[in-house]
Amino acid sequence: MNLRAIKAIYLFEMSRTMRTLAQSLISPVVSTILYFVVFGSAIGSRIQEIDGVGYGTFIVPGLIMLTVLTQSMSNASFGIYFPRFIGTIYEVLSAPISHLEVIVGYVGAAATKSTILGLIILITAGFFVDLQIAHPFYMFLFLILTSVTFSLFGFIIGIWADNFEKLQIIPLLVITPLTFLGGSFYSVSMLPPFWQTVTLFNPILYLVSGFRWSFFENADVSVGVSLSMIALFLMICVLIVWWIFKTGYRLKD
Amino acid sequence: MTSIINVSNLSKTYEGGFQALKSVNLEIKDGEIFALLGPNGAGKTTLISIICGLVNASEGSVTVGGFDIIRDYRQTRALIGLVPQELTTEAFETVRQNVSFTRGLFGKPKNPDLIEKILRDLSLWDKKDERIMNLSGGMKRRLLIAKALSHEPQILFLDEPTAGVDVELRKDMWNVVRDLQTSGVTIILTTHYIEEAEEMADRVGIITGGEIVLVEGKEALMNKLGSKQLTLDLLTPLEKIPESLIAHDLRLDNGGTNLVYTYDSKSDRTGITSLLNDLSANGVKFTDLKTNQSSLEDIFVDLVKQSS
Ligand SMILES: Nc1ncnc2c1ncn2[C@@H]1O[C@H](COP(=O)(O)OP(=O)(O)O)[C@@H](O)[C@H]1O
Ligand SMILES: [Mg+2]
Repeated sequence: MNLRAIKAIYLFEMSRTMRTLAQSLISPVVSTILYFVVFGSAIGSRIQEIDGVGYGTFIVPGLIMLTVLTQSMSNASFGIYFPRFIGTIYEVLSAPISHLEVIVGYVGAAATKSTILGLIILITAGFFVDLQIAHPFYMFLFLILTSVTFSLFGFIIGIWADNFEKLQIIPLLVITPLTFLGGSFYSVSMLPPFWQTVTLFNPILYLVSGFRWSFFENADVSVGVSLSMIALFLMICVLIVWWIFKTGYRLKD
Repeated sequence: MTSIINVSNLSKTYEGGFQALKSVNLEIKDGEIFALLGPNGAGKTTLISIICGLVNASEGSVTVGGFDIIRDYRQTRALIGLVPQELTTEAFETVRQNVSFTRGLFGKPKNPDLIEKILRDLSLWDKKDERIMNLSGGMKRRLLIAKALSHEPQILFLDEPTAGVDVELRKDMWNVVRDLQTSGVTIILTTHYIEEAEEMADRVGIITGGEIVLVEGKEALMNKLGSKQLTLDLLTPLEKIPESLIAHDLRLDNGGTNLVYTYDSKSDRTGITSLLNDLSANGVKFTDLKTNQSSLEDIFVDLVKQSS
C-alpha cells in the first residue's frame, strides 16, 4: 500500500479546495439562505406542517442533500478531469500507485469537502429553524455515504467527459431535476398515486428519505431500503471505476 | 554490463488503427546514456510511454530491473523518472510544493534537503516559492526534470529534453545528466537532433516508422557507416579535375583551391596511397591536408533513405 501517494493526492486536492474555499462555500450557503427566505418563511408559512414538522424545518435535509450531491459531483469530476485536460495526469499514471489508491486520494478529498459543506449548511439552517437530529449517527452515515458515492460518480464523469460541457451536463440535466423530484421539498405521500410510483424509480428519493428519517424519524421509504439503495449505487460506481482502470478507458491510449 | 530494460516484440496499434510500434526489441544497459534517435512520428514517445505506464501495449512485453511492467508495476515505476515531451505542469502550486508532491506520489518519505539540492542544481532554488504559472518555459522544463528526479530514480527518461530550450539550460541539463550518470543512473533520451545524440550518448538507437533499424555504440556506428573525407589545400587552384585522376572519387571545392577525396574508413584499402602517388605523378602539389568524419546526421539520412 502506497500510503504516501494517497496522502499526496489527498493533500493536493484539499489544498486546491482551500484555494477556492470562498467560492465553494459562498454559493451553496447563499442559495441555502435564499431557499429559507423564499420557501421556509415566505411560502412555507402558508404551507401546513408535513408529518408534524414545520415546512421550513422539513426541507433542511433535502437542501443539504442537494448541495452534497452537486458539490460531490462537481468537485470530484473536476478533480480528475483537469489533470487529464492539462496533461499532468501522466504523473499519476507513471507512479507506483494502484487504482484503488488513486481513487481513495481523489474521491476521499472530494467527499471530505462535500461532507464539510453539508455540515456548514446544517449549521446555517440552524440559524433559521429549530433542528433536532433524532439519530446523529445515521445522519453522519447517510451524509458520508452520499458524499462518497456521488464523489465516485463525479470521478466517473470526470473520466468520461472529453470537454467541459460534458462535465457539466450530467449534474445539470440529470441530478438537479432528480433531486427536486425526489422529495427534497415535499413528502412523496403528497403526490397522486401514479407519480408516487414513478418517484420510486428515482434513486435520490432513497437518499433524501433516509437522510430525513435521521432527523425527524419519518420517511417515505424504510431506512433499510434507503441504506440498501445507497449501497447498491455505491457498488455500481465502484464497479465502473474498477473497469475504467482495468481497461485504461480514457486514461491510457 | 548487465541490462536494466528489456523490450521484446513490443507492438502498439492506436485505437484509430495506426501502428506506431512494430515488434520492437531493445535492450538498455545499466548505467549507460542511450539516445533514441528518430524523426517526428517515429514512435519514440509511444515507446517511452509504454515503458512508463502511460500507454497500454498491444503486444509484447517489457521488463525493467528484471520486473515486468504490468505485473510488478510498483517495482518498475519506482525505478523510473520521466520528463515528458510536453510542458505539462500545474499552475497554482508552488515549485517546491509540486516537486515534493511527486516525491510523495512515488511513495518516498519527505526529504527537504534533497529537494533543495535538486532545485539548486537546476537553478530553480530562487523560484522555490513561485507559482508555476509564473515560470518561463525553460524554467518549467527544469521543474519537470526536478520532479522526475525527486524520487531518486535509477532510470531517467528525457523525452526531447532540448526541444525549445535555450543554450544555457542545455548546458545545465547536460551537466545534470552527466552527474547522474556518474552516480549510476541510466539515462534514455529521445531526440531528433543528431548533435544531441552525438554529444551525449554512449549508444544510439535509430527508430523510424515504428521500427528500430539500428542500435550501435556511438563510435562503432560512426565507424561502421561513416565515410571519411580527405581535404587537400592545393598550392595552385585547379579549374577541373585532371583526366588522369578521374578514377578517384574526387571533387573540387572552395573555387578550386580544395580537393576533396571521399573514402570508406572501414575498408582495408582506402585508396589514399594510390591517390597520393597519382597526385605527385601529375604534379598536383598541396600545402596542407586534413580528414574529417561524416556526422551522425549523414549516417542518419542514409539510413532513413535506405529503409524508405
Ligand atoms: N493517442 C494517439 N492516437 C493515435 N495515434 C497516435 C497517438 N499518439 C501518437 N500517435 C501516432 O503515433 C505515431 C508515433 O507518435 P510518437 O510516438 O509521438 O512519435 P515521436 O515521439 O517519435 O515523434 C505518430 O504517427 C502519431 O501520430
Ligand atoms: Mg515524441
